[in-house]
Amino acid sequence: MARAEAKSLRHYVELGSADRFFFDRAAQVRVADLARGTSFRGGLGDLAGRAVLIATSSQLTSALALIELDGVVRRITILPPDVDRAHLNALIADAEIDAVVIDDEAQRASYGLPVCAVCSPSIAPIEQREPAAFRTEWVLLTSGTTGVPKMVVHSLAGLAAAIAPRTDNNVMVWGTFYDIRRYGGLQIFLRAVFGGASLILSSAGEPVADHLARLARHGVTHLSGTPSHWRRALMSPEIGRIAPRYVRLSGEIADQTILDNLRATFPQASIGHAYASTEAGVGFAVDDSLAGFPSSYLNGVRNGVEMKVVDGSLCLRSSGAASGYVARRATLRDDDGFVDSGDMVERRGDRFYFVGRRGGIINIGGLKVHPEEVEAVINRHPQVRMSLVRPKRSPFTGAIAIADVVLKSECQRAEDETGLKNEILDLCRNALPRHKVPAAISIVPALAVAATGKLARRA
Amino acid sequence: MSIKLTIMEQMAQVAREQGRALAPLRDDLALLDSGLDSLSIAVLVARLEDRLGTDPFTSGEDVHFPVTVGDFVKAYENGAR
Repeated sequence: MARAEAKSLRHYVELGSADRFFFDRAAQVRVADLARGTSFRGGLGDLAGRAVLIATSSQLTSALALIELDGVVRRITILPPDVDRAHLNALIADAEIDAVVIDDEAQRASYGLPVCAVCSPSIAPIEQREPAAFRTEWVLLTSGTTGVPKMVVHSLAGLAAAIAPRTDNNVMVWGTFYDIRRYGGLQIFLRAVFGGASLILSSAGEPVADHLARLARHGVTHLSGTPSHWRRALMSPEIGRIAPRYVRLSGEIADQTILDNLRATFPQASIGHAYASTEAGVGFAVDDSLAGFPSSYLNGVRNGVEMKVVDGSLCLRSSGAASGYVARRATLRDDDGFVDSGDMVERRGDRFYFVGRRGGIINIGGLKVHPEEVEAVINRHPQVRMSLVRPKRSPFTGAIAIADVVLKSECQRAEDETGLKNEILDLCRNALPRHKVPAAISIVPALAVAATGKLARRA
Repeated sequence: MSIKLTIMEQMAQVAREQGRALAPLRDDLALLDSGLDSLSIAVLVARLEDRLGTDPFTSGEDVHFPVTVGDFVKAYENGAR
């Protein structure tokens, strides 16, 4: 299953037909042109052997830079667009980054690094290219946690471990709702590269309907996103214009409702939901159109991956797992080589179902919320005694955060209660990003406290 | 107040809170073109549960995603019957 040979990514640009393109909203690049051309406007040679930060504004230029730099540089660190800029200096220092790739000249001064190379979607001829002399380290950032994101080290061979070789010659056009600068989206980028496929990327701020219309126009055959992405797409009238052969979900819990809705919308498609994490790599794909996964997946080694459940959390051992973290003592694997995913599962009958994250992090359309940080804000209100933020299922974002609030003294009138709820919401809006603001507040007489003295978080 | 009126009022309220410009609402307007994004719609549904005592999108077994504003309102009106 795993690719034995570690060829650099550039090796794959001449696969597929001459009509193989990478698209975004503004540009299209004929992939084969990269064989004798470059997306870099000078500075490519200066990047050789360096630790490079890919900090382009578009996914398309990131894709081109990844293809051109794999094997040429020592380490690639991919910067997702939503990373808090306040963490940039820490990330640059920890990953020993000494060069940056941008696609916007205006950004040239903002990184303060010795080397800055500019990449664009127009391919220029190149006379001589740096040889692929390195087994490049790929560093991905974890998402959503508070503080500086963790930097997770992979190899190309590890990232590609779950990608099976093509067994057919049909035209393959991948689309992804995910950003390829995160683990889930990167998997799709690599599937397109190795599979000789075209790839349709979204552009920043592009409306769902426009993205779907482009997916239709370019004839998407394989399409991937989180359940939340799919829920959003299913609400667009444009969904009827696409007819992918393969529909893939990952990154969040795929519940039966979303699988059934996709089945009804795409009766001819093969529908699969995959489980993967930035640290543990790809665990498995489920293709029986049912939520959860068969308990038999825990028996032995499947596609190079072994799994076990420890204290409710799914643990994985795989050649696709990351080798470790950059500049952190924290170990990623236990003594036996298993990565603890922190994804909690429950067995019901002969299947396991995902129930949430350890510690109860709430995932709102792919954005994570720690209940405790929201509670801390609510508790600042002088009339609040205590509060509990809990997830509520939502078909639109997977989950939303709801707050139960205990007051110091009861409100005498209903209008007072409404006013108070509005004050608490205003407090949250001023202190938190919008997805962390509770969708609704209930005033409750009391909250259960467990024997440990902590709020009982699971009813 | 009618269910529809309550929904329209809350749509305006949530749009204001979320800092989003609400399009003029018509029954055949696609919900995603209304100016509300997924998070705003999720918040709206939670608010309406508070006001109307029902959430037609998570209570039923057979959930259909509303495409238009009219579909969205109808889900509540059907639930009230």
